[in-house]
Amino acid sequence: MMTGKRIGMESSLGIAEAVKLANADVVAAYPITPQTHIVERLAELVANGELDAAYIPVESEHSAMSACLGSAATGARTFTATAGQGLELMHEVLYVASSMRLPIVMAVANRALSSPLNVWGDHSDVMAVRDTGWIQMFAENGQQVFDLTLCAFRIAEDPEVLFPVMVHLDGFHLSHVVEPFYLMEQDVVDKFLPRFRFPLALDPDKPLTAGAFFPPGVYGEARRAQDDALRSVRPVISRTWREFEEISGRSYKPVETYRADDARVLLLTMGSFSETAMLAIDQLRERGQQVGLVRIRLWRPFPFTEFRQAVGNAETLVVLDRAISYGGPTGPVCAEVKAALYSEPKRPRIVSYVGGLGGRDILVSEFVEMIEKGTALAESGVEEELLTIGVRV
Amino acid sequence: MKELRIHGRGGQGAVTSAEMLALAAIEEGKFALAFPAFGPERRGAPVQAFVRTDDQQVKIRAEVRQPDAVIVLDPGLLAIVDVTSGLKDDGVLIVNTKKPPEAISALYNDKWPVATLDATAIAVATIGVNIVNTTMLGAIVRVTNVVELDSLINPLNNRFGNKADQNFEACRKAYEATICYARSALG
Repeated sequence: MMTGKRIGMESSLGIAEAVKLANADVVAAYPITPQTHIVERLAELVANGELDAAYIPVESEHSAMSACLGSAATGARTFTATAGQGLELMHEVLYVASSMRLPIVMAVANRALSSPLNVWGDHSDVMAVRDTGWIQMFAENGQQVFDLTLCAFRIAEDPEVLFPVMVHLDGFHLSHVVEPFYLMEQDVVDKFLPRFRFPLALDPDKPLTAGAFFPPGVYGEARRAQDDALRSVRPVISRTWREFEEISGRSYKPVETYRADDARVLLLTMGSFSETAMLAIDQLRERGQQVGLVRIRLWRPFPFTEFRQAVGNAETLVVLDRAISYGGPTGPVCAEVKAALYSEPKRPRIVSYVGGLGGRDILVSEFVEMIEKGTALAESGVEEELLTIGVRV
Repeated sequence: MKELRIHGRGGQGAVTSAEMLALAAIEEGKFALAFPAFGPERRGAPVQAFVRTDDQQVKIRAEVRQPDAVIVLDPGLLAIVDVTSGLKDDGVLIVNTKKPPEAISALYNDKWPVATLDATAIAVATIGVNIVNTTMLGAIVRVTNVVELDSLINPLNNRFGNKADQNFEACRKAYEATICYARSALG
C-alpha cells in the first residue's frame, strides 16, 4: 500500500513537503550556512502562499530555538531545522525546550564540527546534544525522512508525550541527495495529524509561569520527573509508528534488523550508512556467513528492551560510530550499547569502530572488513581497543 | 545498476544534469539517486556529480568510484582531472568537445569507447548560453540509454519553466549530433 504520488526530490525538500502537509504554524530558522534547503524551501512555500505559516528569519540558531520556545508555548505547531555548528549554537536553549515540555519538531542534517573546518556529514553534532532531553530518531533514506518528520509532530504533540523531537538525517548523504518519495494526500495527513491542542498553552486570560526558578530543594525532583516522563513515551512512539504504517504501508520500529534472525555476528549502525551496510551483509551471507545488521532508529529515549532482544543471541557485535568521544571509552554509541548490555547475563563480545567522519564514505568493502576484522578481534579476546575504518594511520 | 559520473566546473550545472537524469528515471518508475561531490561550491573549480539508476532501490550512498559512463561538460578538464579514474573496462566516455571522438580516445590509448559532440555550439545556438548541462543530457541518453529522451521533458519543465522547451530542444539536437568512436557503444 503506497498511498500518495511517487516523485523524485531532494531529501531536504521532502522534509519541507512534510512540514507543509503537517500545516505547521511557525517556522523559525537561521537561513545561512550551516543550513540546508529545508528552510529555504519552507521560506518559498510560505512566501508563495502554499503554507499558511509565520516564517521568522532570525539572526542565529540560538535565536531560532528561542523563537521556537515562544511559538510552541502558545500552542503553535512549530518547526525548525539546523545542522552541525548551528545545532551547537542553539545548545543551551535545547534543554529549555525539553524541560518546558514544548513539542517543537526539528530536522537536523548531521554534520561534523570544527576545527579543522569541515561542513560534511557525521554524528559529532548529534552526540553533543544527546543529553538535552529531546526525543531523537534517525532516518536512513529520503522516504524515512519524510515519514519520520510527519510522525514527529504527532509524537511530540501527543498529550502523553509533550516533548520536542529531533529527526536526524545525515548531512549531504541524505540531505543533498535526489531520490524517489511517496508523498501523502493532505486529507490522509490531516486525519493522522489533527490540529494541535496544547494543554499548557500561554493565554493572557489564564496567566501561568513555566520554567522559572527551582532551588536545590525541588530541582532534583523536577529532573527526575522529566527523565521518568521521557522514558515513559516509548509506547506512544511505537503506537504512532504502527498507526502510520496503517496509512502508509511503511513500518518503523525503535530498533530494526536486517537478516539478523540467526546471526552470530551483528553489525550496528545508525543513519544513512545502514543501507550501504546491508549490501555488505548480503555479500557475507552469500559466502555462507551468519551475519546481520542492527540499526538504532530511536536514539532517545534509548530502546533498551528492543535493543537487548535484537542483539541477545549474537556472539559478536561490531558497532560503528560516526563520532569520537575524545578520551572516552569507545565511540559514543558503542559506550551506550555496552552500558545497555552490562547487566545482561548473556551478552555478545563488542568491538568499537569509528569511521565516516567529516563526510568520508564507508564503502561496502570496508563494512565487510569491519565485520571480519572485528569478529577476529572479538574472538581473540581484544575488546577494549578503539578501531577506525578507512582512516590512514 | 547503472552508475554515471559527471565532471564539470562549479556553475556549469553538473549537479542539475545528474538531478535531471535521476528525476527522469524516477518518472519511469525506476529507482535513482543523484548527488554532488559534497562540499563548498566554488565557481569554476572542477566538480563532480553522480547518478545511480536501478530497477530496485539504490542502497549505496558512497560516491561513484567505478562508473559505467563518465561525462565531461568542459573539455578543459581533460588536462587537469583524471576523468577516467575507475571507469569500468566496458564503460564509456562522453565529452563535450569540438574534436572527433578518435582524438579523445587516443588520449586514453583507445581503452574505452568515446562519444563526442560540440555541445557548446548547440547550447549557444539553441538556448543562447554556453552552459551545456542540459544539452549534454541528449548525448548521455544516446550513449547510455539510462532513460528515454522524452522522460526528461517533465523534469526540465519543472526546473526551467518557460526555458524548458529550448533546453529540451538542445538536448534533442545533442542526441542526434553525438558521434561515437567504437560504434557498438551506441544503443
